[in-house]
Amino acid sequence: MYKIRGAEKLADNIFLMDVEAQRAARSCQPGQFVIVKTDEKGERIPLTICDYDREAGTVTIVFQIVGASTQKMAGLKAGDAFRDFTGPLGKASEFVHEDIEKLKQKKILFVAGGVGTAPVYPQVKWLHEHGINADVIVGAKNKDLLILEQEMEAVAGNLYVTTDDGSYGRHGMVTKVIEDLVNEGNTYDECIAIGPMIMMKFVCLLTKKLNIPTIVSMNPIMVDGTGMCGACRLSVGDEVKFACVDGPEFDGHLIDFGQAMKRQQMYKTDEGRAMLKLQEGDTHHGGCGQCGGDK
Amino acid sequence: MARRMEKVPVREQDAKVRATNFEEVCLGYNEEEAVSEAERCLNCKNAKCIAGCPVLIDIPAFIAEVKDGHFEKAAAVIGESSALPAVCGRVCPQERQCESRCVMGIKGEPVSIGKLERFVADWARDNHIDPILAKEKKNKKVAVIGSGPAGLTCAGDLAKMGYNVTIFEALHEPGGVLVYGIPEFRLPKKDVVAHEVENVKKLGVKIETNVVIGKSTTIDELITEEGFDAVFIGSGAGLPKFMGIPGEQANGVFSANEFLTRNNLMKAFLDDYDTPIQRGKKVAVIGGGNVAMDAARTALRLGAETYIVYRRSEAELPARVEEVHHAKEEGINFHLLTNPTEILVDDNGWVRGLKCVKMELGEPDESGRRRPVVIPGSEYEIEVDTVIMSLGTSPNPLISATTKGLDVNRWQCIIADEANGATSKEGVYAGGDAVTGAATVILAMGAGKAAASGIDKYLSSN
Repeated sequence: MYKIRGAEKLADNIFLMDVEAQRAARSCQPGQFVIVKTDEKGERIPLTICDYDREAGTVTIVFQIVGASTQKMAGLKAGDAFRDFTGPLGKASEFVHEDIEKLKQKKILFVAGGVGTAPVYPQVKWLHEHGINADVIVGAKNKDLLILEQEMEAVAGNLYVTTDDGSYGRHGMVTKVIEDLVNEGNTYDECIAIGPMIMMKFVCLLTKKLNIPTIVSMNPIMVDGTGMCGACRLSVGDEVKFACVDGPEFDGHLIDFGQAMKRQQMYKTDEGRAMLKLQEGDTHHGGCGQCGGDK
Repeated sequence: MARRMEKVPVREQDAKVRATNFEEVCLGYNEEEAVSEAERCLNCKNAKCIAGCPVLIDIPAFIAEVKDGHFEKAAAVIGESSALPAVCGRVCPQERQCESRCVMGIKGEPVSIGKLERFVADWARDNHIDPILAKEKKNKKVAVIGSGPAGLTCAGDLAKMGYNVTIFEALHEPGGVLVYGIPEFRLPKKDVVAHEVENVKKLGVKIETNVVIGKSTTIDELITEEGFDAVFIGSGAGLPKFMGIPGEQANGVFSANEFLTRNNLMKAFLDDYDTPIQRGKKVAVIGGGNVAMDAARTALRLGAETYIVYRRSEAELPARVEEVHHAKEEGINFHLLTNPTEILVDDNGWVRGLKCVKMELGEPDESGRRRPVVIPGSEYEIEVDTVIMSLGTSPNPLISATTKGLDVNRWQCIIADEANGATSKEGVYAGGDAVTGAATVILAMGAGKAAASGIDKYLSSN
């Protein structure tokens, strides 16, 4: 069992937990992910790593309720435990292996969207700890859904917060901020964008036009997360890659986002049905016109 | 007494009934049937069957005990050679191994060695017979990576020799392919697999789940920081292969590994488990091995009309004869000498059909099997909503990429000495699918066993 040391609600439907996981805490790097499982019957849920404390042996995860399993996770409190916690999985961010002096010459722009702010944080923090200050754009739907602002402020070079509805910070999508920054005369050698698939797609369309190489972190459907099942396969350029062992970070300009977004919908009706079952008990037997009811 | 030329038939669940459930198909022998089958054994002095067994079970000796009704003694004989008899009795391709060498098979049917092994193992479980423990402990630590057939066998053998053994398993349950790959109806998870794993634990083996070697820690760290004196790699096969045909990334296309893992490890077929699975209406499984049969029979049980699509003929099907027979009985349609060329996709990105061509067998290829060649103009479509690719796997790079001095061949399989499992790195041994590429449970067990004795020799001389 993997004990939850602390649990905190960051925003509506977004939660943060510090979990005791000695091996993962000792070896994880920015860019990697973990897989958690609440109980015997739960799903294996892949989650990006938000932070880690090697001394305390804890890994910090942040997640958003998107279905029945994450709903169940949200019910866990400090002192409770996950039945399973595996990781780190996937490859570390490329810059971890780069020459620090060369890296210092680079101007890096991070673009974080929604709950994607969580996996961006350890990357910016790592760079900060190595004497590199990166610019960070954080986008949220509205003020209430903005997470980790102070934490990010402490490690980012310039932090630009934007909300879709203008309720806080700048007004508009992250892509607008990128355009504004570039128009203001900023230049970037690299962009790292993590957030909803649709956001990453539009960031990539823009940065391609602006000629800024862009890395994205993909979060497709996964089962084992160790290269065994192939559920997480993606088309990257002419190749088929497995996000769990080849990624999760890829060259965003090569990703087939249309296909990736379709694949992400694969179990949507099943997940919706499970969610309704969880919320309403076993009362959902069709009639919503969408799912055909419980078979 | 005239010996019967035919095997004592084994009771099975009726094909129509079992096609709708996940209960075990084969019901096994009872005591009476087992004794009567055992009586067919000639107890050959120069028993050829033993050489046909990758773990060299003394087959005539255990059958002789069964004949006399000494089932506990029979279990002890098998236990000397195999840590997983209840598994092997169910999933070994006996017709190509022990039973293929049986003298009785020349004029009639060979002795049903597999079913007898299964009977003995099940009897020992039902009668709570514990494995025999090591007489003395050795003060050496061995790490075993992977808790599948190779790892469990290697760990069990080393523990019986007195070594302090820890297994590291990447998934959340021990058992490897026995839990994620082989379905419940062929290998019950709780009664058979969990029990065999328990027996290995009773020998003193520790199992740490959720540890991905190469990520959570590395082999070099196990040796230098955690004090392991030797390491066995039994990490299994790996990344599923796809055909590279159009439409393969469509929704509704799965690897057999994914489909089976969802069903078996994650128990998606049970309502109270959270992991979803696509219950297709019409499912095509591409491939002809045991994994393809398992996937097809699983899809059938989930309610689908199911097809096997295989490019060679029935004689070349790599699956066990019994699995093919069971699949047919249950109503799976075989499209043999058929090769898919495209997966047809609807406007929303979901599978709507499979485009195939008919094949005929030409000259033998390098594997000795006749190479299938396309019959021109034979293109046709099968209407399906789900396609499951069961084409084998290629090795997982997680361990080889993170272990210094561990050599791999050009297929990225770990290079290991067949006789003792030794790799290019001192103190590191390997066996099973990680070395050979996808093969069988019993071959992996044989390799685990050879490596255990290799490790024992290495640690005894150090």
